[in-house]
Amino acid sequence: MSTFRPTHEMHKRRASRNIGLGLVLAAFVVLAFSVTIVKMSQKQSDDPRALNFDPTAPSAEASQ
Amino acid sequence: MSDSTWTKPMPHEAQFGDYVELLKPRVMRLVIFTAAVGLLVAPVGVHPIIALATILCIAVGAGASGALNMWWDADIDEVMTRTAKRPIPSGRVMPGEALAIGLALSGLSVMMLALFGNLLAAGLLAFTIFFYAVVYSMWLKRATPQNIVIGGAAGAFPPMIGWAVATGGIGIESVLMFALIFIWTPPHFWALALFRNDDYTRASVPMLPVTHGEVTTRRHIFAYSLLLAPIALAPAFTQIGGPVYFALAFVMNVIFVLGAYRLLNRTEDDAQASNYRAEKRYFGYSILYLFLHFVALLVEAALRGFGLNWADWPVLF
Repeated sequence: MSTFRPTHEMHKRRASRNIGLGLVLAAFVVLAFSVTIVKMSQKQSDDPRALNFDPTAPSAEASQ
Repeated sequence: MSDSTWTKPMPHEAQFGDYVELLKPRVMRLVIFTAAVGLLVAPVGVHPIIALATILCIAVGAGASGALNMWWDADIDEVMTRTAKRPIPSGRVMPGEALAIGLALSGLSVMMLALFGNLLAAGLLAFTIFFYAVVYSMWLKRATPQNIVIGGAAGAFPPMIGWAVATGGIGIESVLMFALIFIWTPPHFWALALFRNDDYTRASVPMLPVTHGEVTTRRHIFAYSLLLAPIALAPAFTQIGGPVYFALAFVMNVIFVLGAYRLLNRTEDDAQASNYRAEKRYFGYSILYLFLHFVALLVEAALRGFGLNWADWPVLF
C-alpha cells in the first residue's frame, strides 16, 4: 500500500518550503493590515501635496 | 503516474531555509541594525508599527540584492572556500530561482517602502539595490581593486534610508552615518582580503592584496583608518551626538588607528608565521568598531528621550 510508504526526503523539503512561504504570506497580511490601521488613525495632513491630505481637516478648511 | 517518479531523487528541490540563506541573513542583521539606528536617532518620531514595517522593507531589499549578487557571482563563489557552501554553488537552489527571488523581492520591497514610508526612502532603497547588484557585483568587483571602495556605498545607505523614513529628507547627520560606513568598509574588507588572499587569487577577483601585494594593502588600511577617525568623530558634534558618543568614538578610533599601524609594520613573513592572527583580530575588531559607534548613537538618543540634554555641548554641524 502506497499510503504507508515513508515520506520521501523531497516531500519534507517541499513541505518546509510551503509552510515557510505560508507563514511569510500570513505575516505580510498582518503587517499590511496593521500599517493601514495606523495610517488611517494618524492625523491627516492639511498640506495638499501630502499623500494623506484631507480637505476636511480643520486647518485645511481654515486656509481655504 | 508510475510509482518510480515519486521515488526518484529530485535534484533541485530547495527547502525554505535555502531561500532564507539566499538573502544573506548575516549581512541583513547589520542592515537592520544600522537602518533602525538611523530611524531611531532622527529628531522626528515614527509610530512603532511603521518603524517595524519600513525596517523590514529595507532588510528585504538588502536581502534581495544579496540574492542577485549570489546569482551573478555563482561561478566565483564555487571556487572560494568561504562561499562554496552558498545555496547556488552547493546545488540547493537553481540560479534561475535566485534571480527570480532577487528581482521579485527588490520590486516588492521598494514598492512597500514607498507605501509604508515615503518616496525618498523608497528611491534610496532602489538605488542601493541597483548599486550593489549592478554597479558593485556586475561591474566593479571583477574589474578594479577599488571595487570595495566604491561598492561600500551600498552597505552605507541603510542608516540614511532609516533617517529618510523618519524625516522625509537627508541631513548632515545621515550623510555622516553614511560616510562612517563608507570609509570603514575598505579597511574592514582589506583586512579580510589579507588572510583570504588565496581564495580571491583562485577566483581571480582583483582585490588589493591580489593586484598590488600585501605591503600596499597594509598602507591603504592605515591611510583609511586615519581618514576614518575625523569622520567617525564628527557626528559627536551634530544634534544626534554628545559626550557619550564622543568618548566612545575617541577610544575606538585610537585603537583602530593603532591596530592599523601594527598591521603596517608587519611583513608577509610575520603574518604567515602567526597564521595572520593580527589581521584576523583586526577584522574582528572592525566589526565591533562599527557596531559600537551605532550603539553610542542609540545611547545618545535614549538619553535625549529621558530628557537629558547636554546644554553646553557644542553642536557645530
